[in-house]
Amino acid sequence: MKTLAIQFGLAAYILLSSLLVYSFPQSVLAFLLFEASLLLIYYAPVARSAKLCFAIVILLFLMPLLGTINGFYLEVAIQIGIFVALAVGLNIVVGFVGLLNLGFVAFYAIGAYLWAIFGSHQANEFLAGGHFPLAQGWFFVFLLLAVAAGALTGALLGLPVLRLRGDYLAIVTLGFAEVVRALVNNLDKPINLTNGPRGITPIQRPPLFFQPLLEMLGLRPDAVSLYPLYFYFLVLLLAMVVILVTRRLENSPVGRAWKAIREDEIAAVAMGVPVVRMKLLAFAVGASFAAAVGVLFAAKQVFINPESFTFMESIGVLAMVILGGMGSIPGAILGATVVTILNLQLLKGLSLWLNALRQSSIILSLPLLGSFDLSQIPAQFEPAKYERMVFGLILILMMIFRPQGFLPPRQNEKPADGAT
Amino acid sequence: MALLELSGLTKRFGGLVALRDVELAIEEGMIAALIGPNGAGKTTLFNVLTGLYRAEQGEIRFESRLLGGLSPDRITRAGICRTFQNIRLFGEMTALENVLVGMHARIRVGLSDILLRSRRLRAHEARAAARAVELLKLVGLQEREGEWARRLSYGEQRRLELARALASEPKLLLLDEPTAGMNLSESRALMSLLRGLVGAHVRGILLIEHNMRVVMGISDRVAVLDHGEKIAEGSPDEVRRDARVIEAYLGRGKWAGDA
Repeated sequence: MKTLAIQFGLAAYILLSSLLVYSFPQSVLAFLLFEASLLLIYYAPVARSAKLCFAIVILLFLMPLLGTINGFYLEVAIQIGIFVALAVGLNIVVGFVGLLNLGFVAFYAIGAYLWAIFGSHQANEFLAGGHFPLAQGWFFVFLLLAVAAGALTGALLGLPVLRLRGDYLAIVTLGFAEVVRALVNNLDKPINLTNGPRGITPIQRPPLFFQPLLEMLGLRPDAVSLYPLYFYFLVLLLAMVVILVTRRLENSPVGRAWKAIREDEIAAVAMGVPVVRMKLLAFAVGASFAAAVGVLFAAKQVFINPESFTFMESIGVLAMVILGGMGSIPGAILGATVVTILNLQLLKGLSLWLNALRQSSIILSLPLLGSFDLSQIPAQFEPAKYERMVFGLILILMMIFRPQGFLPPRQNEKPADGAT
Repeated sequence: MALLELSGLTKRFGGLVALRDVELAIEEGMIAALIGPNGAGKTTLFNVLTGLYRAEQGEIRFESRLLGGLSPDRITRAGICRTFQNIRLFGEMTALENVLVGMHARIRVGLSDILLRSRRLRAHEARAAARAVELLKLVGLQEREGEWARRLSYGEQRRLELARALASEPKLLLLDEPTAGMNLSESRALMSLLRGLVGAHVRGILLIEHNMRVVMGISDRVAVLDHGEKIAEGSPDEVRRDARVIEAYLGRGKWAGDA
């Protein structure tokens, strides 16, 4: 009876918040309320199957529907999906195994450039025959290739550095990422592999293989409005695969071995855990996720250049993992969502609001302080100017008041109950 | 045929000889104790046996197979597992998970089983969990299986380390001061538990112990190390009367010399 009431309440909340978004398509607040419904579902004391149903309704139907009303929301959702996949991948290395990796973005860059080079005219610069760009269908092949390439480079980086610990490992991974970025930036001569700082464009997007099907149903959407939806579902699928694979690894002998290494490496090896192999596996799995996301990112952006793969990106993803709670998959998901929303929506919303104030030409007169002409709000108040500061402040506050993150790993999860 | 045979084992740290020409044999079904003053090289011997250190000279034969140069995880797979003097549990993992990690050496599933969550994996996991619960019951921790290891009491942590080591199905169990910090009744309970293990779970135990009551009460054979050298070996009674042992523990002096 009680669960029925809760389920009803959840459904009502979801419906209400979607209606709000529908009626106020420009309101950041309405969309935030809608996004919060997923968090509510996670916490609600209802059966797994019910949670799953609600999540499916939101992610598969409501979100794309609202996305057609305000395209920006779909963009936000896509970005969230990309960062969720990255954060969950990094969480394996940092959260499960406890290896501080400051160069995660390198693998993301490797995946992105892999498709950017062969999915554009770029490859013609160094391969004869003019076969490039490859047909759109190759996108899916390159997703798999990127998984392999990521795993390979992850393992290659891992081999020499995994004997290092703590700070030393962090420095080497940081250096590796900088090497990758410098290579990408400078490999436009003598042979033009990456087109250097000018970047690569246009990059092929994945094929609209389902278009004939839509036409049979009598729908004739144009590619411009279709691609955001398409990328939304691709990102959703990729993020789901990443989460599923990570969950299965976590609740398996491999996941337990990873955590054992994090807790006490000597004891782990004494219990028969092949430490080097397990660390390599973690590096390879995390890197392969990042590389696959990179392919998707390149196809979505159509244009990439080395600027997208700076050290700040690595730090950003790491901050998501730390904010969410190291070693917890729900934590990584929540961390990625919160940080992305903060960057794309809250600060942007604040900036829009400031602009609106400026244009309102209200003159505020306060006692003792004199009067302010709101149209004269100085540019220093633009959130873009202090985005990083807000971010840093949040990190500091978190470390003081909740160092374990929003959703730290729970204690009484039984690992061997066979559920996934 | 001895279960474990060491011959001419030497380990140096720079100029310090931590172990010199150590010979030791542990027979099937035996509980052997390794005693000696602090810094005698007992824990170093354990570290060499489990592959954490590499000996400069000498042979380690386990079931007549040479173990020299094997990595620690392979030695565990070969059937030697240990506990640590300063408890080394996986703090932020549950008691049950700690025992499950102990089974890592006996895993028979591959990555594809894990990713597909195959029937084989689920059967394997169910069996592992059941066995882990059994081992926790054996050491009296069945009520605590869901608790993080670092939240257990000191005595519970010691027993959990024992269960974790047993999980790797060792033939030879190495215990580094298993009763350290335990009171009389606790160490008595542990002694009877250890006696029950031989034959049922393991084929031999080698333990380092400072508590002479435990050493004399439980071991079939005692070896004494001093400054990295084995100075005596024999039954507990023989060792107790050995002049060199008394000297090592009490020093040579007016009274000790007269005795």
